[in-house]
Amino acid sequence: MNTTILLFLLQDGITNGAIYALLGLALVLVFAVTRVILIPQGEFITYGALSYATLATGQVPGTARLAVAMGLVALGFDLFAARKSWRPGPLARALAVDIVLPVTVLALTAGLAGRINNVPVNIALSLLVVALIGLFLYRIAYQPIAHTSVLVLLIASVGCHLAMQGFGLVFFGAEGLRGPAVSDVAMSLGPLQVTGQSLVVYGITAALIVALWLFFEFTKYGKALRATAVNRLGARLVGIRTTLSGQIAFLLASVIGAISGILIVPITTLYYDTGFIVGLKGFVAAIVGGLVSYPLTAVAAIGVGLVEAFSSFYASNYKEVIVFTLIIPVLVLRSLAAPDVDEEKD
Amino acid sequence: MTMLLSVSDVSISYGKVEAVRSVSLDVGRDEIATIVGANGAGKTTLLNAVMGILPQHGRIAFDGRDIAGLDIEDRVAAGLSLVPEHRELFGTMSVADNLLLGAFRRPRASAARAFERVYALFPRLKERRQQLAGTLSGGEQQMLAMGRALMGEPRLLMLDEPSLGLAPLIVADIFRTIGELRAAGVSVLLVEQNARAALQIADRAYVMELGGFILSGPADTVSADPRVIASYLGFQGEAAAPSAG
Repeated sequence: MNTTILLFLLQDGITNGAIYALLGLALVLVFAVTRVILIPQGEFITYGALSYATLATGQVPGTARLAVAMGLVALGFDLFAARKSWRPGPLARALAVDIVLPVTVLALTAGLAGRINNVPVNIALSLLVVALIGLFLYRIAYQPIAHTSVLVLLIASVGCHLAMQGFGLVFFGAEGLRGPAVSDVAMSLGPLQVTGQSLVVYGITAALIVALWLFFEFTKYGKALRATAVNRLGARLVGIRTTLSGQIAFLLASVIGAISGILIVPITTLYYDTGFIVGLKGFVAAIVGGLVSYPLTAVAAIGVGLVEAFSSFYASNYKEVIVFTLIIPVLVLRSLAAPDVDEEKD
Repeated sequence: MTMLLSVSDVSISYGKVEAVRSVSLDVGRDEIATIVGANGAGKTTLLNAVMGILPQHGRIAFDGRDIAGLDIEDRVAAGLSLVPEHRELFGTMSVADNLLLGAFRRPRASAARAFERVYALFPRLKERRQQLAGTLSGGEQQMLAMGRALMGEPRLLMLDEPSLGLAPLIVADIFRTIGELRAAGVSVLLVEQNARAALQIADRAYVMELGGFILSGPADTVSADPRVIASYLGFQGEAAAPSAG
């Protein structure tokens, strides 16, 4: 191996690792706050990426209509939950969030698709659509069973993943799509070719990590989210609704997933089921971080990216095998270090 | 005038086991009420049900309004607050953040006022405000748990075993603070195994055994009852023993 290849593999690994870091952080966040292992994170990636790619072709992505449909179901859930005490405030809020918001986004998407075709508008629309889907997914699939065990929540996650992947096939077809790059700049640094897209990946990853840190350290709602993760009963006793924390966590996770997808789709062709594998690599990083540690997850994600890059050079057929095998020694070490846990307790 | 808290005919079950059987309890305004009783009598269960942590049958009214159907967060918003036995602090967050979150439902201006009041009540918390809650001593954690509850400016503060596992000097400090709260217009419902201290400070008292109240009334009347003297306050002299039987 010469220096050029080494540098290229390093760059490739760090670019992918940065995206896994975002996904890993979102998984840790959602698990800490809601105890949900977010398998549908992969679908947020796919939906974000393919909605963006579809908008770039001038068409309205099916995900915008899915958001409206999910909003209707969410309204049904809200009305059912409020059947005992009808109060105008929550009712108006439910109507605004479940109906007005997704319909407005659909109208905006339909109105702009094909007419104004530029990258920032398409990114904004894709993020809006996926954010709504994330919010409604929590309302429909997780909020009603939020008090149940981690196992039940995990089974719900598998169901959500399968259903959303099926919808992905319906909306985007079996053919893969690629989206336009956020930046077309390319430059050489010695033997290394640096693309503008990879710089965007680093920049956005760093900016998002800083933004998340600021949110958790300095804002009331960020602190409330941390409090819910540390002690759910304690949080409820000061009046923090676990449903509010869950909604914020899912909103953040879906937006992070969609951003990751939008960052990847110019680099590699994405299919309706690609997000799952990408999300799993973020999951490997999150497991290394024990599903609790944000810094460890970010470092592990870079490690996963590097291992992936080097194994695709040395043994490309075994690339995925090597990456996912990483999880086994980590789990063995963790199980040796951790005391026995009663499975019935969460 | 209506009672601040009025619990009537409340029963609470864990599966098929009935832990609390049709109890009724009142807490007036600017009043300290206490529930004393042995371990396992159902005191904590009753507090948890009043807060909405456990489901119950029966009626719970707060300030004349039925709150039995409300969840925990809405009861907090209505003015109830519980400091549970295990305190349920945010251990990996600072003392100041714990207090700040106590005022989660309050507007920013009233949170600033509440900070001053809590720091005046517990100067130790002000000294330790940057420290992580999990690294505080037991007494300081109890102060923080009470402080966090007071940040929400509750009208009724429910305390579950605030003296448990604390040194006598700190216990005295905590009870002095409870007395100050009453003077400041906060009613208190106090569950305690330390019956002597609880009955001394309380206006109204309930004695709980096996899920029901065996005695209730003004605290001085209850503490003069021979059964209470025999079971909870220890033998006060030869005279108390025969009449207890």
